[in-house]
Amino acid sequence: MAAATTAGPRLHPLGVRIMHWTNAAAMLIMITSGWGIYDDYVIVNGLHFPPALRLGSWAVPSLLWHFAGMWLLALNGLAYLIYGVVTGRLRERLLPIRASEVLSTVRDTLHFKIAHDDITVYNAVQKLLYVVVILAGIAQVVTGLLIWKPVQFSSAAALLGGFQALRLEHFIGMTIIVGFLVVHVALSLLVPSTLWAMLTGGPRRPRGAVRP
Amino acid sequence: MRSPFRPDAPPDPGVLDDHRALIRSLQRRKLLRGGISLGALSLLTGCDVSSSTSVGKALNLISAWNDRVQAALFDPDKLAPTYPASMILRPPKFNAYFDITELKPVDAATWKLELSGLIADKRPWTAERFATLPQSSMVIRHICVEGWDYIGGWSGPTLRSFLERVGADLTAKYVAFQTADDYPSSIDMPTALHPQTLLATKYGGQTLDDPFGFPLRLRMATKLGYKNPKWITAITVTNRYPGGYWESLGENWFGGI
Repeated sequence: MAAATTAGPRLHPLGVRIMHWTNAAAMLIMITSGWGIYDDYVIVNGLHFPPALRLGSWAVPSLLWHFAGMWLLALNGLAYLIYGVVTGRLRERLLPIRASEVLSTVRDTLHFKIAHDDITVYNAVQKLLYVVVILAGIAQVVTGLLIWKPVQFSSAAALLGGFQALRLEHFIGMTIIVGFLVVHVALSLLVPSTLWAMLTGGPRRPRGAVRP
Repeated sequence: MRSPFRPDAPPDPGVLDDHRALIRSLQRRKLLRGGISLGALSLLTGCDVSSSTSVGKALNLISAWNDRVQAALFDPDKLAPTYPASMILRPPKFNAYFDITELKPVDAATWKLELSGLIADKRPWTAERFATLPQSSMVIRHICVEGWDYIGGWSGPTLRSFLERVGADLTAKYVAFQTADDYPSSIDMPTALHPQTLLATKYGGQTLDDPFGFPLRLRMATKLGYKNPKWITAITVTNRYPGGYWESLGENWFGGI
């Protein structure tokens, strides 16, 4: 294993782990309470979320959960982005993403060659998925804010197509995040060392690998 | 010892015959099923947000905090987008906490608007008197908290012109409304003074129809639909939090958009 014996930082420092699990809780609150709000006036005809999956026994408690969870999601997400930019972690872990690498990883995966010997290195598809879900999370905060305040921020709301378009965009953002969640959780269970690393910090990395 | 809750004489068994149809309609099986699913729901989600639980209390506290955030976000000079009259939906969408078949129209001949609280001239107003105030019109988007919306055209005096005419204390915190359909409501003073806050008497140029609040209703371009009481019978200006119908069921009070 490439883990260095020199005392480098762990794959997932404590701060990252706390923010990851805070985000997991916030996302689950926002998704399930959002389903409760959605069911009051559906966007896709015939698509309802069953009560057992919804947070809140009817629309008003779901709204209370959603407008409480938004603070947790937005503040934790902001802290994560600031941390990621300031420490260089985001750029170091997620960039660059090369199209050729994405294609070869997809090809390997289709041949059931999932290389995960070294969990400290993200493959190109992993990087792409993480970037997409981070952007989707940011988009959810923006469209959510504009659905909440379409009059106070009327120019921005008009730019994104108006109130009903924003509801649809918010719904699509949720679909992308839930899609990510399914793949993310399935893969972490297939390669349990990644799940363990997000709980305990994972292997230490050689010092030189980290940018200041 | 005899239970204090038991009557001395047993009830006449005849009452069972009198209410046979009702008793049959109770359908024990349905009751049982309903009880099970409700119980299962609260177990599964663990999220009973009645204000008596600690989770419910926390959520209501955050909702009160969100009221303050919304008051800070509210720009008294910011106008909501307006639309051409050709986009007005006719008739508007009926919406209330009851079905339209249960509507009880207000009789304009006997209707009076009562005034109370921090108002200098508390004499009641009749319907005709509202025509003596300067009239405003606006074609705005109605947004319901449920997620639907429509374009509506409303006319009437601004609430501001009315409050000024009756000598209301414009530095007070709240303006509260009582209605003929028992739908108490209240708003913050900055929104009450916004130029797109009307005491509407007309829709699409015509006198309001009964289902939409005749003879007087509130219409604000800067708040969600449920904040707009219809069939108003009394207005109070106060510094004590008045609450409202949906707010007492947990809905957010400020309800700004």
